[in-house]
Amino acid sequence: MALPKLAVYKFASCDGCQLSILDVEDLLLDIASVVHIANFPEASREVVEGPYDLTLVEGSITTPHDAERIHEIRRQSKYLVTIGACATAGGIQALKNWKDTDLFMRTVYAHPEYLETLETSTPIKNHVEVNFELRGCPVDKMALVEVVAAFVQGRRPNIPEYSVCVECKRRGTPCVMVGHGTPCLGPVTQAGCGALCPSYNRGCYGCFGPMESPNTEMLAAAWQRLGVNHRGLVDAFRGFNAYAEPFRITSDHHEALAVAKGE
Amino acid sequence: MADVRNIDVDYIARVEGEGEMHVKVVDGVIEDVWFGIFEPPRFYEAFLEGRPFSDAPDITARICGICPVAYQMSSVHAMEYAFGTSVTGQLRSLRRLLYCGEWIESHILHMFLLHAPDFLGYESAVHMAADHKDIVELGLRMKKAGNAIVTMVGGREIHPINVKVGGFYRAPTKQELLELVPELEWSLEAVVETIKLVSGFTFPNVEQDFEFVSLSHPLEYPFNEGRIVSNKGLDIAVSEWNDYFLEEHVERSNALHSRVRERGAYHVGPLARYALNYEKLTPACREIAAEVGLGPVELNPFKSIIVRGVETLYAIEEALRIIDQYEEPAKPDVELNVHAGVGHGASEAPRGLLYHRYELDSNGRILKAQIVPPTAQNQLTIEDDLRVVLEDQIELPDEELSWVLEQSIRNYDPCISCATHFLNLKVERITTQ
Repeated sequence: MALPKLAVYKFASCDGCQLSILDVEDLLLDIASVVHIANFPEASREVVEGPYDLTLVEGSITTPHDAERIHEIRRQSKYLVTIGACATAGGIQALKNWKDTDLFMRTVYAHPEYLETLETSTPIKNHVEVNFELRGCPVDKMALVEVVAAFVQGRRPNIPEYSVCVECKRRGTPCVMVGHGTPCLGPVTQAGCGALCPSYNRGCYGCFGPMESPNTEMLAAAWQRLGVNHRGLVDAFRGFNAYAEPFRITSDHHEALAVAKGE
Repeated sequence: MADVRNIDVDYIARVEGEGEMHVKVVDGVIEDVWFGIFEPPRFYEAFLEGRPFSDAPDITARICGICPVAYQMSSVHAMEYAFGTSVTGQLRSLRRLLYCGEWIESHILHMFLLHAPDFLGYESAVHMAADHKDIVELGLRMKKAGNAIVTMVGGREIHPINVKVGGFYRAPTKQELLELVPELEWSLEAVVETIKLVSGFTFPNVEQDFEFVSLSHPLEYPFNEGRIVSNKGLDIAVSEWNDYFLEEHVERSNALHSRVRERGAYHVGPLARYALNYEKLTPACREIAAEVGLGPVELNPFKSIIVRGVETLYAIEEALRIIDQYEEPAKPDVELNVHAGVGHGASEAPRGLLYHRYELDSNGRILKAQIVPPTAQNQLTIEDDLRVVLEDQIELPDEELSWVLEQSIRNYDPCISCATHFLNLKVERITTQ
């Protein structure tokens, strides 16, 4: 029987999430034995025509051309999975959604007329149906293996949806907020990194985006008790998942307060 | 009838990011060669404005998933310059160690997974593995040894979380670093085997009179510090970058082109570093280089794969030296005196010189950011190479010509995601009779 065909596509992004596939050094050749890597330009010149059984999409939609291209990719894909913060939430480049794109273009480029860009950076789900979203900036490479394995085995990927706090408890890392007053986004951020930052004595900065039903205002109040002002909260929630709804609402709220208070 | 040969590669494979190449040959004469970058612009310099200085290493890391450490290093050095601080002793060594890890994983990734398949005639490393499984596995194991350094010191291999302005959030223990030693010692021999293997490949015979540009440090092969020098007389402080280099926006590319103000195109990356810092390599590196036929200067860009191997050997030796001499520092970072100022930082990303400049207000918020990635600097040189290779290989049929031209782009291990703040190949041939 023919192996299922895998395609990997890139939109606006850093390449890090698709690089994760090449970073599973011990398993790379095993993966290539259970799926046919049919279209993966970063790794291969070979392009096997679609349709594809499993398509991994990295990056966000930021140009008129890409907004068209994603529809063709959807048509060619049986099962489409977005990988990483850019594809699932718009990525760090979504910071432009709060700014004047014309001004941005003039800041970076001498001839903005050479560029074609949209006003916004948006996640893939805003444009086409997505079958599964894998979070992270970058994704965890073993989680990516789990997504491919689950697909091959015909089951739902086993990816946690609880908060980073659960991972800290599990690995026995003392709470950085309670222990040494370090502001941490862990209580509102989805698990997946293994609670990395707290294990290095720093607060979580939200790479995996909002957990399900996060209480961001409660956390914001706790940060304020640690001396963080509204502007500091805006910076924190406007990171790599800034455009994910719960983080977006929270940063907008505190931006208004920061402006009112002249911070 | 004009005989028009168009070779168009709309999406260059085995590079990081999205680029294209277009070549037009009319009656056997090269009319147009361009290397374009259509990677969507992400406007990093614009959205860094207003962010706290402390965000720069985390945010700029996201410019590139392959060389995040380079972005983190150039940014922290720029901020420390602005604050009049420098990081010394074991913390400085830890930064070098982290960079060794990135050089090993990035160079090996490029040599085995992206570049070697060109020389051996395979579409990809996975295709290559069907016939040469042992070679691919050798590469993957070395790559893992490099990634293990980044993971230990940085927290994870892509977008490390442990780097901050002033040092680290947590310094590793001696024991944690010692655990890296066995695989690095194995890699010492594996990389020598690799250098011998790749030096046996067939190389098109093309050379260019490059202006090589890299950092140069009086005591060591450069990673984080030094002056910016070239083989054509440049010798400047990092803070003088804008006085001697120029960035231009051209229509075919979403990455700015840079040139030496007085002369034009220049070349950054392994060949440049090697030529300008040969004396700083270890005896073992110079010995193997000589054994495989490299002189102190190598002008054939296709042989960059050998030089990457020599640099990987250097990075492995340097990592082992640092680990051997490591003592856990009392504090993982130094105090910062935050004030308004301008900071410049340059470091040697695997693909070459990476320059950052920031203007900061009195609270340390970023007023203005400038980031000049290595691939943006190499764009003009890549186009010059394409012309030279095209002239040399013009008799080849389109499919083979296209492949060798793509290969000559891959000589630079271009990172297009980086360059766009950038590959796609096109050859157009026209015959008029």
